[in-house]
Amino acid sequence: MKRSQNERVAELTLSLVALGSLGILTLITVFIFKEGLPALKEIGLWEFIGGTRWVPSKKIFGIFPMLVGSFMVTGGALAIGIPLGLGCAVYLSEFSSPGVARLLKSMIELLAGIPSVVFGFIGLTVVVPFIRTYFGGPGFSVLASSIVLGLMILPTMVSVSYDALRAVPESYRDGMMAVGATRWQAVRMVILPSARSGILAAAILATGRAMGETMAVIMVAGNATAVPESLLDPVRTLTSNIALEMGYSAGIHRQALFATGIVLFFLVTVLNLIAHAAVRGGSGR
Amino acid sequence: MEENRSAILIPETAKIRVKDFNLYYGGFHALKDITVSFEKNAITAVIGPSGCGKSTFLRSINRMNDTIKGVSTRGQILLDGKDIYGPGVDVTWLRSRVGMVFQRPVVFPLSVFDNVACALRVQGITDRTLLSDIVEESLKAVDLWDELKGNPKQPALSLSLGNQQKLCIARAISTRPDVILLDEPCSALDPIATLRIEELMWTLREKYTIVIVTHNMQQAARASDYTIFMLDGQLVEWGPTRDIFTNPKDRRTEGYITGKLA
Ligand SMILES: Nc1ncnc2c1ncn2[C@@H]1O[C@H](COP(=O)(O)OP(=O)(O)OP(=O)(O)O)[C@@H](O)[C@H]1O
Ligand SMILES: [Mg+2]
Repeated sequence: MKRSQNERVAELTLSLVALGSLGILTLITVFIFKEGLPALKEIGLWEFIGGTRWVPSKKIFGIFPMLVGSFMVTGGALAIGIPLGLGCAVYLSEFSSPGVARLLKSMIELLAGIPSVVFGFIGLTVVVPFIRTYFGGPGFSVLASSIVLGLMILPTMVSVSYDALRAVPESYRDGMMAVGATRWQAVRMVILPSARSGILAAAILATGRAMGETMAVIMVAGNATAVPESLLDPVRTLTSNIALEMGYSAGIHRQALFATGIVLFFLVTVLNLIAHAAVRGGSGR
Repeated sequence: MEENRSAILIPETAKIRVKDFNLYYGGFHALKDITVSFEKNAITAVIGPSGCGKSTFLRSINRMNDTIKGVSTRGQILLDGKDIYGPGVDVTWLRSRVGMVFQRPVVFPLSVFDNVACALRVQGITDRTLLSDIVEESLKAVDLWDELKGNPKQPALSLSLGNQQKLCIARAISTRPDVILLDEPCSALDPIATLRIEELMWTLREKYTIVIVTHNMQQAARASDYTIFMLDGQLVEWGPTRDIFTNPKDRRTEGYITGKLA
């Protein structure tokens, strides 16, 4: 009697929490669209997305450089973070002893707990000067942002793909051993392909993290509003754009920043859709 | 004295000769002085109660126990007169000579083709036409080719369990081994699929030395030429299957096959 009552209370509470978060999410979305859509209407969608100049004082709002910037920085971060992270995960799952794996994995997961401003600070004091000295340019650059972000997505990449690799049945490893395969051959021919949907999920989560990260990027990117011509040029991302100017903006400028948010919203949604499709397609086979 | 006994017991011509073989899992003595031989073109069944060391013994023949921590061995297993535990034996080579099939079909989530081809790629075969020729030949040898309707690119996991096990046998014979080891290959299969596999073993017998572990007494009785009975890591009795089942010399063997000793 009492038990079923308790259960009902728990059920009710949980549904309230779930409904509440759904409600808040809806509110946020509605809010962003309500604030941003007027700007899109006034500026024109195409001018907004395709415009290469962003000069709020002259009411010129083109986010093309930031769009390109976000893609370049994210791409760079993935180019660094995915191979490193996957390599780590493969090593931990397939080559190291279980004890070492558990230790190293929890250490890498600790990385995820470091506030992004600390990553930015390290980028600022180590990566930026390094690039300025050895590669030239101002140091604040696509490259610096990519390196910092690449490190920041490592924990996601390592721990999600590690779990995917551990989920591959042990019998696959035995089966490959029985045909004379070395550990590495087993990884290459069977284990990685078997874990591919999990690894893809890791990569997409990492992409979302890289695309959304703001603080650390602001600190090392240089934030110029021009389309970068090389990896050593300064860059501004969509998120940085919002964070940098939201504090003092007003009127159409403020609305344009919300409109930037709408673009970001769509990018992330598309990414999530791809993720779902990829994971489903991968495990369906 | 020991040496002499071994020499008398095992015919020199046997494909595999096991001489006073011992295996330890750390301090646990899992195989005790096993001396036995496996004949070419014959099926040898290994029977015995759970935990007596059948799988351990089978896995010793292709050195699958090597990577288990704390395993040590003593004695010899000779394949065509060559000690597979001797110095300079390449396990990749050994495993191309001795194929293995597991209890549950080990089918990778790849195409049927790749499930067989991976064994060949491990042996360094990369030529495409050669690969597809051997894959086709192996699938034909296990009666799977026709069922695939000429489409080896289909996902292997969509096959029935019985056909998955056939696929595993195809993989095991793709390297044209001398020996095939099967560890309870039918225990996950229904009676009809079991019969298919038994028939298949009977045809493969023409070419290979076959060792099968089974819990199924009828299977051992009807589908093997020789039978080995093990108990507690020891070999109790071995000989022609008919003799073991109709006229066992050891009381323990008799007890086991008549179901008095589980
Ligand atoms: N990796 C291992 N480490 C330690 N002991 C092991 C290991 N593998 C097996 N053993 C032990 O060795 C003995 C023989 O095991 P094995 O798996 O060879 O038995 P089996 O005859 O194949 O049994 P079953 O019929 O249940 O498959 C058992 O007592 C088992 O507990
Ligand atoms: Mg067993």
